[in-house]
Order: sequence, then structure tokens, then C-alpha cells
Amino acid sequence: MSGLLAAALVCVAGGVGAAARFVLDGVLRQRLSSAYPLSTTIINLSGSLLLGLLTGLTLGHLVDPRWQLVLGTGLMGGYTTFSTASFEVARLVEERRWAAGTTHALGTAVTAVGLAGGGLALGLVLSR
Amino acid sequence: MNETPELSPAEQAVVDPFPELPVDPDVEAAETTTESGVRRARPVHLAPRNIALVAMGGAVGTGLRLLLEDLVPRWGGVPVVTLAINVVGAFLLGLLLEKVADPALDERWSRRARLGLGTGGLGGFTTYSALATDTALLGHGRPGLAAAYAGGTVVAGLLASIGGITLARALRRTADDGQATGA
Repeated sequence: MSGLLAAALVCVAGGVGAAARFVLDGVLRQRLSSAYPLSTTIINLSGSLLLGLLTGLTLGHLVDPRWQLVLGTGLMGGYTTFSTASFEVARLVEERRWAAGTTHALGTAVTAVGLAGGGLALGLVLSR
Repeated sequence: MNETPELSPAEQAVVDPFPELPVDPDVEAAETTTESGVRRARPVHLAPRNIALVAMGGAVGTGLRLLLEDLVPRWGGVPVVTLAINVVGAFLLGLLLEKVADPALDERWSRRARLGLGTGGLGGFTTYSALATDTALLGHGRPGLAAAYAGGTVVAGLLASIGGITLARALRRTADDGQATGA
């Protein structure tokens, strides 16, 4: 895979990831009519777990680093989003919903890191 | 992103007295189908045109992130470029979403900007999964640095988002004042 082809594939994968996030976000919003922005959290947590797993498999030499680039940087990068999560926290802060804001900012971050760490460990174990 | 709540299937299938107008302000007239006088609105997230718009924006945003990550090396293992991308993206999304919330703007173009530039472009540009995975990797041996990286990104992202929203409001007020004084 040439550098340019890899870059093109990363872009396409990013587009697919973003589209998947858009559709899943809409579906989740229809199902979960909660005032707390749960759909973005679900997307970011699932993407963090999957990227951790993929990175673990790559570190364990079970996945080629070029596919890590396409599926990790591209697909999972496009699927998850930091900007929307930050915007939602800003809105919760503006509405003075401190508990929900803190949970959305710090709770999501801590859980996402935990899931990514778990995915990493699982990926390394699987590629042994 | 703050969408208007979607209509329930029962609410969607109402007889429309104004067939030329969209049922839901977030659904374009062309996106609705008529079945024996009953009008059904297709939710925004299931319209192929909207999905394509988000995908195109996502591809461009991801490409920009890839380019910047290629150009800027890590500082002592810390992905400073990912941090910068996420904080700048949070600022721009705050600015964009507050800007397109202006009722004076054309609804259709506001939505296109929100989906293409916001959900697609800035959503693809910024990343949560890399933040989480890089923090987990850093935490293996340097937990203090990992906590500073993740905590710093989250706090800076929140401040940037508030900054973007505030700037958009200030710009709108300035424009309104200009119109009011006839300037």
C-alpha cells in the first residue's frame, strides 16, 4: 500500500466512521429521550474500546500497522468525536447542570481511558 | 450535537394540510414521501443526502488530522498535535453551532453547514478514541503525565467550546447593533 493510497483509505474510512456516528446518534436519540447527552457518550466509549483493542492487536503484531492507520486513525477517528462532547459539556455548564456536566466531561474521559486500556490488554493477550 | 427531538412514528404520519412545506423544520420537503394522502417525514439521520454530506465532511476532517499528525512529532511521548486538534475543533464547533442557531439564517443552509462542517468536518477532525487510547498507553509507566494529558484536553476543550459560543454571540450582537443604528 503506497503512502498516498493509505492516506486516501484513511480519509474514506473517516467519512464512513463519521456517517456511522451520524446515523447511530440519530437512532439512539430516538430511542433514549433523555436530557443527558447519552448517545455521544455511547459512541465515544465504544470507539475508545475498539481503538484500544485494535492498538493492542497491532502492538502484538496480529494487525498490520497500515490497517491500524486505516481502521484506527480513519474509521475510529471519524466515528468518535471530541468537539461534540466538549460542546455538550459547555451546554450543560451553561444550564448550570453541574453534576451532569462533570459526569459528561470527567466520567466519560475516565471510563473511555479504562475501556481503551482494557481493549489494549485484551488485544495483547489475543495476539500472544 | 443538539438536534431537535425527533417525532414519534405516530406524529410523523399525520395528514399534512400544507403539502408543499416540510413537516419537520429539520426535514426538507424533497425528503418526504406521500402515501395515499398520509405524509411521512424521513428523519434527518436517514436521508441519504445528509449522510453523504456528513461522510464528505468526515473524510476531509480526517484527512486534515492525518496530515497534521504526520507533520508534528510527539513531545516526550505526548501527542500534542491531537491535543491541539481537539481543542481547536471544540472551539470551532462552539462557534459554528452558535452561529447556525441564528434564526435569521436560511434554515436549509444552516442545517447543511451544521451537518457538513460540524457533524462531518469537525467530528472527523477531532477524536475521542485516540485521546483515550493514547492516555491508556501513556498511563503505562507515566500515570501523572497521562492524567495531565487527558485532564488538560478535557478542560481546555470545555473552555475552547465556551469561547467559541461566546465569540459567536458577541459577533451576532455587534451585527444586530450595527443594523439597529443603521451603520
